[in-house]
Order: sequence, then structure tokens, then C-alpha cells
Amino acid sequence: MFQLTTHTPLIFQLMQIKRNIALSDSGFIFDPSTGDSFSTNPIGLEIIKMLKEGKANEEVKALIVKQYMTDEATFERDLYDFVNMISKLKLSENDEKEKD
Amino acid sequence: MKKLQYERPVIQRLNVGVMNKFGTKTEYAPVTHIDGVSVKGLIGKHGSPLFVISEKTIRQTFKDANRAFKTRYPKVQFAWSYKTNYMNAVCNVFHQEGSWGEVVSGFEYQKALKNGVPGSKIIFNGPDKTETDLRLAINNDSLLHIDHLDELYLIKELAMDMKKKPRVAIRVNMDTGVYPMWDRFGFNYENGQAWDAINKIMLNDCMELVGLHSHIGTFMLAPSAYGVAAAKLSDLALGIRKKYKKNIQYIDMGGGFASKNTLKGSYLQGVDASPNFDQFAEAISTAILNAGFLENELPLLILETGRALIDEAGYLLGTVISNKRLSDGRRATIMDFGVNIMFTSFWYDHKISPAQSFSQYTEDAVLYGPLCMNIDVIRENVTLPPLKRDDHVVVHCVGAYNMTQWMQFISLRPAIVLIDMNEEPHVIRKRETLGSIEGDEVLPNYLKDFKI
Ligand SMILES: Cc1ncc(COP(=O)(O)O)c(C=O)c1O
Repeated sequence: MFQLTTHTPLIFQLMQIKRNIALSDSGFIFDPSTGDSFSTNPIGLEIIKMLKEGKANEEVKALIVKQYMTDEATFERDLYDFVNMISKLKLSENDEKEKD
Repeated sequence: MKKLQYERPVIQRLNVGVMNKFGTKTEYAPVTHIDGVSVKGLIGKHGSPLFVISEKTIRQTFKDANRAFKTRYPKVQFAWSYKTNYMNAVCNVFHQEGSWGEVVSGFEYQKALKNGVPGSKIIFNGPDKTETDLRLAINNDSLLHIDHLDELYLIKELAMDMKKKPRVAIRVNMDTGVYPMWDRFGFNYENGQAWDAINKIMLNDCMELVGLHSHIGTFMLAPSAYGVAAAKLSDLALGIRKKYKKNIQYIDMGGGFASKNTLKGSYLQGVDASPNFDQFAEAISTAILNAGFLENELPLLILETGRALIDEAGYLLGTVISNKRLSDGRRATIMDFGVNIMFTSFWYDHKISPAQSFSQYTEDAVLYGPLCMNIDVIRENVTLPPLKRDDHVVVHCVGAYNMTQWMQFISLRPAIVLIDMNEEPHVIRKRETLGSIEGDEVLPNYLKDFKI
């Protein structure tokens, strides 16, 4: 069966944001499992909320492009980068699993 | 439904309690206009990148420096250091403010003459004055600052040959407590070289020793070092008075005052770290006034201040080419200007502002230039809002040395615009063209044709 590996680009994976992280409306993010805090801009916050609700990247893309003055190609590139950063900052469950 | 303004999503870790090695808040406040002229409009008209110089800032800075010295010392004269920025328009703003010219090559000397500076108000510094340069300068009664003994002997020969008595000064280097000590230029104070040169001039009637000169270093952050230098030059002047009954007409303290830039590796921003003109003026004038000159014999104080007078007046406008993510997760932004036209990014963490407004969210990034070279780094760490392709930025404090040390490499050098006192922009140097670069090339006939 086709297996997702760490080499599979994240954009094709379902990004699972850690369930226990706290989001505030100002874009302040707190990860109680590490004590780290982060900040994101309003659109970043919106995306994280969608991901936390379990929306797939394609769905996020459709919603954002509908709402904002941007095109699919631009947003796809930015989302890819953003999702990569989320993973790098260890805010996704995927990373937790990798550690095991 | 009206769509919302788009901004790239960004996220970054907050480092609570850790001193931020990245830019300060003011850095990312947008700068949309320079002296009332729109950045976007300037780029639209003159292309990107583009150097912009504020005449208002030059004149204000000059007035501030002049005031700082003239309120503390009775006889002060600035001489514009051509190499710092020799765009004719810039030189002439300084000349209109009363500055003489200070040059270090035949080329700069010609420029000063052409700008209309009287020969007798041109100071000729530097180790490389050719015989032709010296003959011209002697004929024009310019001030020759002797750098080494070979030059001293050459001037002596020319003076005899031309039957003229050139006005000369010697450049003196010394220990001012600042390291590294600049001892490769001029004659050393501590080991007696300076006196040796003075004696050689004084015991010979073919030159007139009118001044003593020093330039103790570059981007000096310690006013006290200037106090030491001024005291040592005063000591030489008083010694000459005693030994030869000759009054030295001027003491020239050279340049080197730090500008408002931030040196690489410094935690303090240049605006906070650099002394102001009053502090330099206080150290220098106190040292000369207390040295023991009779009141009517006080020497003229000459200053060849460069960077501190022009850095702040210069801006570089540029445009984002692309964004990247480096393998270690850092954001990299590629700009359309590189170290080829911003030489000073090797020395300074230049302040860089976005030229359009953003939300208050920022990212730490590396800024690269467009050259295909690893050294082409504009800022190693900078905090900026999420810039995207075609966004503009404004680089601050680039007025000194960039427009003279820039390299023509890979691309053409940009235009320079001066914004006048009435906020009117004037092109003072056109953008280079293929023609301006190839104009001096010569292609041998036999290399004209080829088949591939
Ligand atoms: C002799 C001399 N005078 C003046 C200057 C101007 O120095 P700054 O731009 O640091 O004020 C220099 C620069 O190196 C110099 O060598």
C-alpha cells in the first residue's frame, strides 16, 4: 500500500495541528506541551483554525482564495511554506508521531 | 462580496526575555515617502533599484556640524571629502554651504576644479599624487598634504623646477588609544618621524609648512581619541613655533566621525551608539584651546568629515524579486540590489524599511542581493513584515561611499535622484546603459566574427 513518508511533501499530507495548543484571537499561540509560544498574523490564525478543525489543504485553499485577493498559485506556494513552518516549529501531531 | 487584502501567512516563535538580535520595531514602520516624494512614484519613473539623496538632510546635517564646532572654536573650516560621495550635485551642495574640497587623486582634483572650487581651497591628500597632479596643484596654490618622504623630495624638486613655493602640510599618524592604529599613512608622532619631516621642510626654503594633518581612523566611536590627536598636533604646532618662530596656520583633524549607521555585530543601534557632533567638537576644541596657543595665534581648525555628513541623506530604494525558505527554516528574501551597489552592507546592518503598509506581524529573514555569489548578503538578520514579489523597500543611511565604491558587475548601476529643498526630484546621475559600459571597450577586428 502507498505509505506517506516524511519525504512526501507536506502539502499532500493531512496536517494535524496539535489538539492541545491554545489560540488567541490576536494570533498568540501557546503550546502547553513544550511551553513555547508563537505569533501568527490574522490569515495565519485563520488557516491554523481550519487545520485544527481537520480541513484538508485543498479545502483551506479554496476557502482562502474565495475570501482574499490572491490567486491559487500564489496561495498554494505560501500555504506550502506555512505548513512547513508549522511542522518545523513542532506544532503538528505528525511531528509528534515521528518522534516515537 | 468584496475580497479581503491578502497577506502571506506567517508564524514565528516568540523568544521571551531573550535580547532580540534582529531589527527594532521602528525598522518595519513603512516609509512610503522621502521628503514628500512617493517611493512608488520614484521607482515607477526611474526604475529599481534607485539611489535617492535628500538635499534637506544634507544641509541640516551640515548646519548641525558647523554649529557644533563654531560655537566652541573661533575658526572652523569644513572641506568636503570627495571620495565619500563625489556626485557633482552633492559636492556643490557642500560647497554652497561653504565647504572647501578635500581630494585624494588627480581625478578627484579635476572634479573639484571643474566644480569651481578655487585651487587654493583644495586640500590634496593621499599617498598617490603623480608628478602631473602635483604640478597642477602647485600651479593652483593648493594645499599639499605630504604622506611620505618620497613625496616630500618630489615636491621639493618640483618647487625648484617651477620656481614656486608650494604650501604644504604633513600627515601625522599617532597613538590615540584606538586600535588598530592607522600608521601606514603619513609620519609617526611618537617615534620622531613627524619631527624629521618638519625639520626637512623647515630647513629648506622651497616649501611653506602651513598645516598639520591627521586622520586617525574610520567610523570612530570615541570622541576622546580626537582629543588625544588634537593635543598631539597642537604640541607639534607649538614646538614649531618655539623652534622656528613659525605659526602653523591650520590643524586638520581629517574625517572618521561615526555616522548613524549600526556596525555589524553591535547590539546598540547606530542612532544610540554614535556620538553626536557636539561630543566630537567638544573633545577637539577643548584640546586645542587648552594647548597653550596665544589667542591671536590659534590655528584654523579644518575638518574633512565625510560619512557623518552624508550617510543619513542617502537612501536606496529596491524591490523584492522572490522569497525562499532556507534549509534551516529561515526565510530568505531576494532583492534587486546587491553588495555591488551597496558595498557598505559589508560593514553595517543597514536599517531597511518596507515601502508599503502591512499588518504588525513580522518575520525574521535574511536579505540577499541578486548576484550569483554567496557573499551577496544585504542583511544577515532582519525583521520585516511578510514581503512579497514586487514589494518595495527603503534602505537607510547609504549616502557615504556607496556611490563611489559601487561596482559595475552583472547589471547596470542605478540612477541617482536628488530631492531638492522644495521637494522636487532631480536626476543627478542617469541609470547606466549598455552604451555607457561598452563605450570604452575596443574589440579587435579579427574577433568580430564567429560561427557557432
Ligand atoms: C584623509 C581623509 N580625510 C577624510 C576622510 C573621510 O572620512 P569619513 O568619511 O570617515 O569621515 C577620509 C576617509 O577615509 C580620509 O582618508
